[in-house]
Amino acid sequence: PAGALRSTPSSTPGTTRGMVQDPTQFDVLVMPNLYGDILSDLCAGLIGGLGVTPSGNIGANGVAIFESVHGTAPDIAGLDLANPTALLLSGVMMLRHMGLHQYAAKIQTACFDTIKEKKVLTKDLGGNSKCSEFTTEICRRVQDLA
Amino acid sequence: MAAHSAVLSVSRIINPIWGRHLGNTVKVFGTTLTSHRNKTLHVSDNIPPPAKYGGRHTVTLIPGDGIGPELLSHVVEVFRFSCVPVDFEVVHVNSALEAEDDIDNAITAIRRNGVALKGNIETKHTMPPSMKSRNNLLRTSLDLYANVMHCQSLPGVQTRHRNIDIMIIRENTEGEYSSLEHESVSGVVECLKIITRSNSLRIAEYAFQLAREKGRRRVTAVHKANIMKLGDGLFLQCCREVASGYPDITFDSMIVDNTTMQLVSKPQQFDVMVMPNLYGNVVSNVCAGLVGGPGLVPGANYGRDYAVFETATRNTGKSVAGKNIANPTAMLLASCMMLDHLKLYNYANLIRNAVLTTMNETRLHTADLGGQGTTSEVVQSIMRIIQSKGQLTADI
Repeated sequence: PAGALRSTPSSTPGTTRGMVQDPTQFDVLVMPNLYGDILSDLCAGLIGGLGVTPSGNIGANGVAIFESVHGTAPDIAGLDLANPTALLLSGVMMLRHMGLHQYAAKIQTACFDTIKEKKVLTKDLGGNSKCSEFTTEICRRVQDLA
Repeated sequence: MAAHSAVLSVSRIINPIWGRHLGNTVKVFGTTLTSHRNKTLHVSDNIPPPAKYGGRHTVTLIPGDGIGPELLSHVVEVFRFSCVPVDFEVVHVNSALEAEDDIDNAITAIRRNGVALKGNIETKHTMPPSMKSRNNLLRTSLDLYANVMHCQSLPGVQTRHRNIDIMIIRENTEGEYSSLEHESVSGVVECLKIITRSNSLRIAEYAFQLAREKGRRRVTAVHKANIMKLGDGLFLQCCREVASGYPDITFDSMIVDNTTMQLVSKPQQFDVMVMPNLYGNVVSNVCAGLVGGPGLVPGANYGRDYAVFETATRNTGKSVAGKNIANPTAMLLASCMMLDHLKLYNYANLIRNAVLTTMNETRLHTADLGGQGTTSEVVQSIMRIIQSKGQLTADI
């Protein structure tokens, strides 16, 4: 219920410092544009980088665009080496936005489990599997979860 | 330059041999630079000597709010105990008053003495927007254009990342802190961020001079020039211009959001960083968090004529005030930076050594570091170490 929510204003520098020392103290953060830019990259750095960070841009009337926030990586494009996690999890956000929660949960679980098991990982996460192999593994898990 | 001697001294403790070598290098550069450049920022010859009478210096002390008063009282206690030839002129600034008389008095006192040590003066959100931040007013009136913070990993403090050694130079007078906002249409506020060529050149010069004097290899400018093409673009351009005069130092630039990401994943890659005001605020807080928190890092504000020392992250620490649990390290180290500035190097090293020993070896950590020590226990330990060094001390 709305009454149970607590809101506390926090200055940006204090928040960045708190984020570095104990990020678990934070739950949901809302802020203007520039601070959001800085804090979202800072948090991405805390959880493993832009290769695994999803995002969504929500507008009026439910219009939304979901995207990964990493660059185009022209040096590895077309070589089946990229980590699809960021874009995949952005897709999961999209499914939730559309109300398709079951599908979203399945794909997210499959993706997280694959990463947790560490057997099939792309290069940026420390493995040497291809993008297609990583994807196939996730698909296999989705099937098992069905 | 006002800064170099003060900032050098931490490295002297960490590595005394290297620090001494740098000290000699500084003297050589001092003369070389003066002869090469007409418009030099190395104005250590031009800065009026700090207030000194009978061999004793007078320093303005502004207690501020929150934990400021208690931390500064510990500094006074340690100074008195160690027989440091410094007298403090205490000036109180009441943050609850709208009138600017208090802060004007403080500014006048600092103009008179040349040097100050201060706690943070609270800027209450409930006061009208026309009331400017007292700390900001102090910085701009005295033109303390360079805020310098040295973040180093300390051996006795547990942190996720090790081997951090970053110097942050933050432009201190303009940028997003120009306090120029207006509401032409109700519900639409415009805020002006001011970037000037002269201030950008000045801070870039400062950064490169400091880097050279400290023997640093690389200066990184932090900006958001892809979005603020004119503002941050100008800042970046000025940094590039200054960099061309220092071929021995590598210059690169990084966008601020990427910078924070890199700082939390690989902070060891950074050496010296220079940036406008707001990014400086954010980056210094991130770095303070990386090396162990706001209780550990001292900060200094330098202008052409004045220097003001305080804790780097400028907290009032209201939640821990009056409970004897605040960490006195940052304020004590700031007072040591001040002693270096006054050329009282022996006293600076004595106190600094004692502070770092207490933290690294005796492990009397305060609550912010995960320990159970009280402020007074830490201060007592520091004074005991000072006494054990055999120099003249008062009674505990």
